[in-house]
Amino acid sequence: MNESEKNLYLEKYNDRTHVWGRIVCIVVLILLIGAPFLMGACLGAMPDLGAFGRGFLSVGLVWMVSSVAEYLIYTPMLGAGGGYLAFITGNLINMKIPCAVNARDIAGTKTGTAENEVISTLSIAASSLVTILVLAAGVVLLVPLQPILQDPALQPAFDNVVPALFGAMAYKYFRHNMKIALVPLVFMSLLFILVPALTSSTSFMIIPSGAIAIGISFWFFRRKANAADPH
Amino acid sequence: MSILSQLNSPAMYLICGSIILFVAAVCVFFLIRAYRAGKAIGMDTTKMKRAITSSATFALLPSVGILLGVIALSGSLGTPLPWLRLSVIGALHYETQVAEAAAEQVGLSHLSASEMTPTAFTTIALLMSFCIMWGMVLSVFFNKRYLNRLQSPGKKTPGQSFGDSAMTAMFIGLVCAYIGSYIGGFVSGKGLFTFSGDWTPLAVVFVAGLTMAGFIWLSEKKKAAWVENFSIAGSMIIAMAAAVLIRSFA
Repeated sequence: MNESEKNLYLEKYNDRTHVWGRIVCIVVLILLIGAPFLMGACLGAMPDLGAFGRGFLSVGLVWMVSSVAEYLIYTPMLGAGGGYLAFITGNLINMKIPCAVNARDIAGTKTGTAENEVISTLSIAASSLVTILVLAAGVVLLVPLQPILQDPALQPAFDNVVPALFGAMAYKYFRHNMKIALVPLVFMSLLFILVPALTSSTSFMIIPSGAIAIGISFWFFRRKANAADPH
Repeated sequence: MSILSQLNSPAMYLICGSIILFVAAVCVFFLIRAYRAGKAIGMDTTKMKRAITSSATFALLPSVGILLGVIALSGSLGTPLPWLRLSVIGALHYETQVAEAAAEQVGLSHLSASEMTPTAFTTIALLMSFCIMWGMVLSVFFNKRYLNRLQSPGKKTPGQSFGDSAMTAMFIGLVCAYIGSYIGGFVSGKGLFTFSGDWTPLAVVFVAGLTMAGFIWLSEKKKAAWVENFSIAGSMIIAMAAAVLIRSFA
């Protein structure tokens, strides 16, 4: 395949990804919103739309803002195929984003390239399938597994899945980027020390932390570009 | 028939299981498409297989954590709905919070099977699905335009673009926010500068980082590249085991 054939193929592949992604998202949305009504038909009790409206105003709006922020921040990391799949299957921060970043690192691809689009999609699809299989197996084996998984001795392990994940990722990414990581790490630590109540809003605090890291990274990027081409 | 028997009825499993099966089929479809596209543009299939293997092993432990979320919610909502919610769009930190808040809005004092009614259940189910669907809605309307604006293939080479550095920096920011929250939790979690908060997450971060350093050393210095596929999962297992030991002796 020569370069022009490759570009043509990729253009077609990307267009089809968006077509399939949109179709699948719309179908899943219909299924998800329809499911409570279908369950209601089985149970003989439809959702109380008044209570639903009140509930949406009290908790839904916060999550709506969070979802919009997640969409804007993570879509460029995930690419087209990976993005559609990740927003369908969820668990972005605690799994899909680190997983896609790790796969990109292993494959050595660059954000925005066709290769990265492929790797990101493979990564999100594989991790989503594993979660679906683990949950399905867990549901089938719920009775024998429940006492083991809920054993109080093992609870600290499962309470610390996210710190374990980010500890491993921190070493991997900080070791070559300590100049970028230092300021947001110190700033966020001080912020959480001085305002401990923010701990419950950590997912929102990713935005200022990420903005600081991107700002510093951009400063280094410009400095490197200027050094390479002073004119 | 008790409410939990109704919520765990075969019809409920059929509804939720069918949706999950559809989503699994979608994942397989996208995986095969991407693999074929990678082959067609001449990508190294070994690299693609490594990306799949590392992602699959990577996802194993967090998935067990998510399964615990299903178990935690199954006592009040039955098993099929939490199974669906955490397999499709759901997020571990989101589901419990929204289910609790939704239960209050439908008049329950808290989320429990003893107070649950079929109407409360279907209302909670609708709220849980509706509140988190916006990422998908935005994807449908804006994904193509948003990504096209960010990526302009052919106009510049990846080496000249800031995009890759920006994504790495954003991820570093994400990790900093979480580690900062663990430091804050330890130093001021039980009162400003009391240093009496929970230090387990910080210790877990340290052990995971140290283990990762060991895996990277093996991979780079001992030329054991295969270790890289399992380095995240391996670091997590050791760090989670450390959490159990710490809590047993602390």
